[in-house]
Amino acid sequence: MTAYILRRIIYAMPILLGVNILTFVLFFVVNSPDDMARMNLGMKRVTPAAVENWKHERGYDLPLLFNESATGTGRITETIFFQKSLKLFRFDFGSSDSGRDIGYDISQRMWPSLAIAVPVLLVGLLLNITFALLIAFFRATYIDFWGVVLCVILMSISGLFYIIGGQYLVSKLLHLVPISGYDTGLGSVKFLILPVIIGVIGGIGAGTRWYRTLFLEEINKDYVRTARAKGLSETVVLFRHVLKNAMIPILTGVVVVLPLLFMGSLITESFFGIPGLGSYTIDAINSQDFAIVRSMVFLGSVLYILGLLLTDISYTLVDPRVRLS
Amino acid sequence: MISQLVILWTDGLVFLLLLVVILFGIYASRKAHLRGPWRQVARSRVGMGTLVVLSFYLVVALLDSFHYHPILDKAGQEEGATATQSVEVISLFDGLVEGLRERQEKTYSAPLATRLYAKENIELPDGRVVRDFPRLAYGGAHLADPETEWLPDILKLSAVGIIKGLVVSLAVANLLIILLAMRSRRSFGAQGRAVLRGATEIPWKVAFLTLAFMLVLVFWSAELAAKYHLLGTDKVGEDVYYQALKSIRTGLLIGTLTTLVMLPAAILLGIMAGYFRGWVDDVIQYSYTTLNSIPGVLLIAAAILMLQIYMSNHEFDSLVERADLRLLILVIILGVTSWTGLCRLLRGETLKLREMDYVQAATAFGVSNLKIITRHILPNVLHIVLIAVILDFSGLVLAEAVLSYVNIGVDPTMNSWGNMINSARLEMAREPIVWWSLAAAMIFMFSLVLAANLFSDVVRDAFDPRLRGSR
Repeated sequence: MTAYILRRIIYAMPILLGVNILTFVLFFVVNSPDDMARMNLGMKRVTPAAVENWKHERGYDLPLLFNESATGTGRITETIFFQKSLKLFRFDFGSSDSGRDIGYDISQRMWPSLAIAVPVLLVGLLLNITFALLIAFFRATYIDFWGVVLCVILMSISGLFYIIGGQYLVSKLLHLVPISGYDTGLGSVKFLILPVIIGVIGGIGAGTRWYRTLFLEEINKDYVRTARAKGLSETVVLFRHVLKNAMIPILTGVVVVLPLLFMGSLITESFFGIPGLGSYTIDAINSQDFAIVRSMVFLGSVLYILGLLLTDISYTLVDPRVRLS
Repeated sequence: MISQLVILWTDGLVFLLLLVVILFGIYASRKAHLRGPWRQVARSRVGMGTLVVLSFYLVVALLDSFHYHPILDKAGQEEGATATQSVEVISLFDGLVEGLRERQEKTYSAPLATRLYAKENIELPDGRVVRDFPRLAYGGAHLADPETEWLPDILKLSAVGIIKGLVVSLAVANLLIILLAMRSRRSFGAQGRAVLRGATEIPWKVAFLTLAFMLVLVFWSAELAAKYHLLGTDKVGEDVYYQALKSIRTGLLIGTLTTLVMLPAAILLGIMAGYFRGWVDDVIQYSYTTLNSIPGVLLIAAAILMLQIYMSNHEFDSLVERADLRLLILVIILGVTSWTGLCRLLRGETLKLREMDYVQAATAFGVSNLKIITRHILPNVLHIVLIAVILDFSGLVLAEAVLSYVNIGVDPTMNSWGNMINSARLEMAREPIVWWSLAAAMIFMFSLVLAANLFSDVVRDAFDPRLRGSR
């Protein structure tokens, strides 16, 4: 097991390096740091000195790949690629273009993101599985048909509408919870409850429909027929046999997104003013802070690869037929 | 009227896409394994109904894709002198609904309103100044006394519109029944009764009913929009109905062009990886895992940020061209982030197919790799491509709105549902609230996405070999 995990981590390295090179090309080669400086300082009437100064403060005045003027290993390390891209492998995110420590910001903003993402995932999972089981129980009836239609309708509504509509109805008309904001500790509950509910509702359509397909696939299998032939009741068949076996794809589908929960939800967080990583990213995009966007790209890739690794491991845990090789 | 055609980048791609679809249609109609599933789609009531709805969207988007410079000076044209051309670029669709585009109010006005939504100082004829809601410059301007004439006028216009719509849809239905009767060598009456009973193989009844509904809607809205602002006006007084209609092109383009852009790469690389295996497979797998591991939104954000820098350093002929370039880049980046899924599917299917007996036989006969791929592999994975393309569509339309909200979507000057929703966010906080921009964008987007979702379900059911046996 340990050897397998180690090997997977070594395999992940070239992929992360690829991500790194890609972002490097996107951020430093397509447009030069000079362009970035001018964009940040405002387009018109920028003196070359101001551009140089901006670049120097943020360490963008180094050569891209190879430093002629340095000596020894400095020729490699005193470059933008080494300083800005390779250091990410040590999770050394450096400072943002506005001078803040990105690593510290991330460690602070992670928790509000999790405070929304985890309840949304758990409650959503519970509700989706319940609804999907119900629909599967009444399969090939009108309940099944209209249930699926309802799911498709829910899926077709833009997530933005759930948020805007929810905020308007619950916060503005009914005054049940504040429209947006955040607090520490228990005080945060009243700020979190609406985003969580909206997150769950937004995912119900797609989730229920997907789980229904999984259940129906299992229901048509031979072991289910055997269970029925034994004279087991439909409820026992559903809960003991179908649910248990359908849990394998459900579980692995959940595990793959677990690490990405840290990244938070871009839209929800910025609508509700929650200081998580999602709104951090949006703010960075809007204020054109390239250092933060670059760090988040790297962090996202690491978490995604971690998710894939966890999925493979969880397969072996829940499905004895799968062997790691 | 049309003086100088302007072919924007995305227009060119739209026509290319149209060509691809037509060629594929001709190809599919000759192959039994592709014709069969399409027959099943046509036999489905949901399939036919949604197809009618989608085609209305498609017509608007296509009309909106012919761009030209309008002639400014009509007098000059009559004299035979060289007409002056506007630098403005408009589309055929703009030309059709010219009134909607040009009738600008001062600021917000509610749907079908005759007065502005904000109070202003109005000077009365006797010189006194009162603070009241002023009359609109265009909306309901033909009414002398809006308080009493408004409702009868709306009802009258609605009735006229609905009757027009019904007459036209009846005419279309009759024409189609005549054609059907001629094809099946039946009398008109017999064919008509068969359609009404729903006894035809293809559910024409559903198609006619949907068509009638859509046509009535079109004529009704045209009748009202000619005299009023059907869905109100926005902050700068632009007609919201016009904006929502213009946004159709943006939405459809993002949903379709993205797949067109990604298809060649996904098909080529997916099949190559599965067919050649070995180091080719390793390289291709590595590249799509790398791309896939970057969260899509962040990759798009990074690329759009870079594009913004590029755009601020370059000059453009017109705003439309600038917006068009951004749309094109957005479509390409969306394609880059979404081709990996299809590529992986194709790789897996090709791995399976290359072990099939007929491929083995072809290899044994010394058929070249290229020929095996085009003859035996490609036709057998086409249904996967088709399902993926149609399934992706609605997700992409929804994604556009979210991206525009984050400011990494289409250009802010471009009409799109995302931009409409984005601006509506602040309007919801106004007192009294301005709800119509949001509602209009939501209704247009919802009906498109719902139709696309239902249609893609029908297509998937028809093409998925696992499901085909069970029906």
